[in-house]
Amino acid sequence: MELELRGITKRFPGVVANDNVNLTVRGGEVLALLGENGAGKSTLMNILYGLYRADEGEILIDGETVHFASPRDAIKAGIGMVHQHFMLVPNFSVADNVILGVEPTISLGRINRRSARKRVAQLSRDFGLDLDPDALTETLAVGIQQRIEIVKVLFRDAKVVVFDEPTAVLTPQEIEDFFRIVETLTAAGRGVVFITHKLKEAGRIADRIVVLRRGKTVGEADPKTATPAQLAEMMVGRPVELVVSKTEAEGSTTMLKVSNLAVTDPDGRLLVNHVNLEVRAGEIVGIAGVQGNGQSELVETLVGLRRPIDGTVTLDGADITHLTPRDRHRCGVAHIPEDRQRDGLVSSFSITENLALTGYYEAPLSKGVNMNWEGARTEAERLVRDFDIRTPSTETTTGKLSGGNQQKVIVAREISRPLKLAIASQPTRGVDVGSIEYIHQRLVELRDKGVAVLVVSTELDEIMALSDRILVMFDGDIIADLQRSETSHNDVGLYMAGAKGEHIS
Amino acid sequence: MTAAIASPRPAPDAEPRHSPWPHRWISVRLNALALLTALILSALIIAISDLDKLKHGDVGGMLTNVKDSYIALAKGAFGSLRGFSETVTYATPLIFAGLSVAVAFKAGLFNIGATGQVFAGGLAAVWVGFAIDIPAVPHIILAMAAAAVAGGLWGGLVGLLKARTGAHEVITTIMLNYVASFAVLWLLKTTAFQAHGRSDAVSRDVAKSARLPFLFGFLHRSSIDLRAHFGFVIAIALAVFVWWLLKKSKLGFQFRTLGANPEAARYAGMNPGRLTIGAMLLAGAFAGLGGGSEILGGINQGHATSSFAGNIGFDAIAVALLGRSSPWGTTAAALLFGALQAGGQEMQLQVHVPIDLVLVIRALIVLFVAAPSLTRIIWRLKDSGGEEGAQLFKGWG
Repeated sequence: MELELRGITKRFPGVVANDNVNLTVRGGEVLALLGENGAGKSTLMNILYGLYRADEGEILIDGETVHFASPRDAIKAGIGMVHQHFMLVPNFSVADNVILGVEPTISLGRINRRSARKRVAQLSRDFGLDLDPDALTETLAVGIQQRIEIVKVLFRDAKVVVFDEPTAVLTPQEIEDFFRIVETLTAAGRGVVFITHKLKEAGRIADRIVVLRRGKTVGEADPKTATPAQLAEMMVGRPVELVVSKTEAEGSTTMLKVSNLAVTDPDGRLLVNHVNLEVRAGEIVGIAGVQGNGQSELVETLVGLRRPIDGTVTLDGADITHLTPRDRHRCGVAHIPEDRQRDGLVSSFSITENLALTGYYEAPLSKGVNMNWEGARTEAERLVRDFDIRTPSTETTTGKLSGGNQQKVIVAREISRPLKLAIASQPTRGVDVGSIEYIHQRLVELRDKGVAVLVVSTELDEIMALSDRILVMFDGDIIADLQRSETSHNDVGLYMAGAKGEHIS
Repeated sequence: MTAAIASPRPAPDAEPRHSPWPHRWISVRLNALALLTALILSALIIAISDLDKLKHGDVGGMLTNVKDSYIALAKGAFGSLRGFSETVTYATPLIFAGLSVAVAFKAGLFNIGATGQVFAGGLAAVWVGFAIDIPAVPHIILAMAAAAVAGGLWGGLVGLLKARTGAHEVITTIMLNYVASFAVLWLLKTTAFQAHGRSDAVSRDVAKSARLPFLFGFLHRSSIDLRAHFGFVIAIALAVFVWWLLKKSKLGFQFRTLGANPEAARYAGMNPGRLTIGAMLLAGAFAGLGGGSEILGGINQGHATSSFAGNIGFDAIAVALLGRSSPWGTTAAALLFGALQAGGQEMQLQVHVPIDLVLVIRALIVLFVAAPSLTRIIWRLKDSGGEEGAQLFKGWG
């Protein structure tokens, strides 16, 4: 099957989301649709999937014009979509989730579970998905849940499968597995559209790359010849610094010292297993590790949101183990949380209000029992300028900003005051290339000013780019303490997988 | 799948649309349209409820019915000083209790317990009113303060239960309503409260010095004629206080953060437990003041009966909903409900349309306000990207 989008234009009030976009996907090939957040990738795919109607242009399948009034039409025409956020019922079995909406029935409207299970098992075998049709969905890892979504579209006989940012939620190992599955799909003659803003992944898996910027197709690239720098420039529209430029660290005095720190969950299971670590002033320490190995709990304990069962945390020589988050904020601890939507922002608040969120309790943001909104607004205007937050005004609701700009709001709030320690958890997750570059530079600047910086990230590239020293967390332990200059990607990756190293701290 | 279909998000980089109307005015306009829709539908009900005219197809007669009813309604509510006074009288307790629900809601709490808090406040006020003998001004202040403290404790208990044990406030407030209502029934029959020579649940009368003065007392007209009392002024002052609290104060900022995103509040170093207790304490105090105002002024003539809280607590939820939990919106909604009540009585008297129709109008208004997209469809308005509908019910968490 050949799918073609021809001259697609879609306008929203005040913005042209897609401007005369053309692209073609053939069976057996992978087309990567590369673009920053807000470049119009999702709009384009929603048009393809029948969720939006294009203002101009047409969709052709094997040379014939088709019209999709709803996703039902698109599915019928052989288009399948795997969304970034899965559409699964957690307490359903794998097979039940797959057949949801297209249940095969026998007499009296009863669901034919046996044939469903058989077909799911068959598809799983054919495409190397390794799925148990009877497993309960909520007990499965994210990577496995994604495979359920894949089986869902295959069950509906999709000829072209669209993946919307499929790797955003996956661990490095799961990403490799995912690529293997994509290869099986194309080998079976299916066409794949791979929507992403990650340059490396596009280069790794695609047969062709189409770059979208501000709603327009700015060009097509051959992954075999295009360099990441070229692709980044096409995406952003200007040369982008892909490597963080920084000098050697001048680590001096120990700023953060964690000794024998242990954290458990309510059932008493050890999440952080008697960890020791140090961050010196003027040094960036990166904690690498696959999601769920205790990094989140470690960070929450360091900022006072969680109580340890054992161990101490000292900041600049003072014991802060039992201080509240507020008291730590007062001592000069900044915290960029891993989930900005859940913790870091109130999306219904204005930018001014969000910039006042953690420092509202003292001057200049408040006076006595009153907030000083006048002062807060002046401060906000300064931060919006200094941190290049792209917004019509400081009174704009934060929820309306792009992911990158939301993250800049948090970074601006957290690091624009005298600091001793900055803890950044997944500082660039879901952030566009331009903002990643910017946030990284800010963290390095912070280090150069003599702040101790602790970066926690599941993105190995980010850890490698930023850190002066790398710690690897595995199963609640810190299993490696490496100098950045003396280690390699591969090395750290092996530690992350738990294939190497031991409890060293 | 369905989730994606239900909410196709606009492109994330879509510029915020610059509507000529600020967001607040859009919602005011939407509320006005909801009111209009409710009135039109109620007109239909009035028209077809006269079966004789309906049988004879007397359209002109039916229209006259509608016209006369609405004229009586308007006259009863605003057509005379007496009408206005009645409107204010009915609106006063709704402002207090409405602000109570609104403040709790801003902090993410659904206060169904205004009834119990009104009971607690009213009972404290009546006791201070008859048991203590001091001059007028301090007496009123003391009685109202007692009402606020009693209501605050009754509400604060809910906050404490939630903060310490996680008990959901919807359950605890409803249960405490029962406790309050039966406690009042019992207390009013004890010697401490019961009026001398009565065997039913009626309290002694409060001293003259504790009664709230009539609003139009300077006109020297009969107090049955103009019942509006000073409680209304206190209610308006409270609305100003709530406006300051939510817009200007540090505490209000914390309440709003807690209400909009409790995780972010914790992350930002706020203390959710203490804020929850504080919000319920204030909410209870507001409703308690309403109870005090009802006893010391108002329709209860200075004594408490077993049912003096009436429907205030539940009407207050509708009032806060209609006013989108803003202090001025809530005050306006309470006045609207008061006007409907006052006008409805006139309507029943003049045109013999049962006052129950007022309940229908009220229900329809709330229905259309709670379902903004319904109003939008009827009036063919464009979606303003509004989150109003979702916001109204978040408190159920």
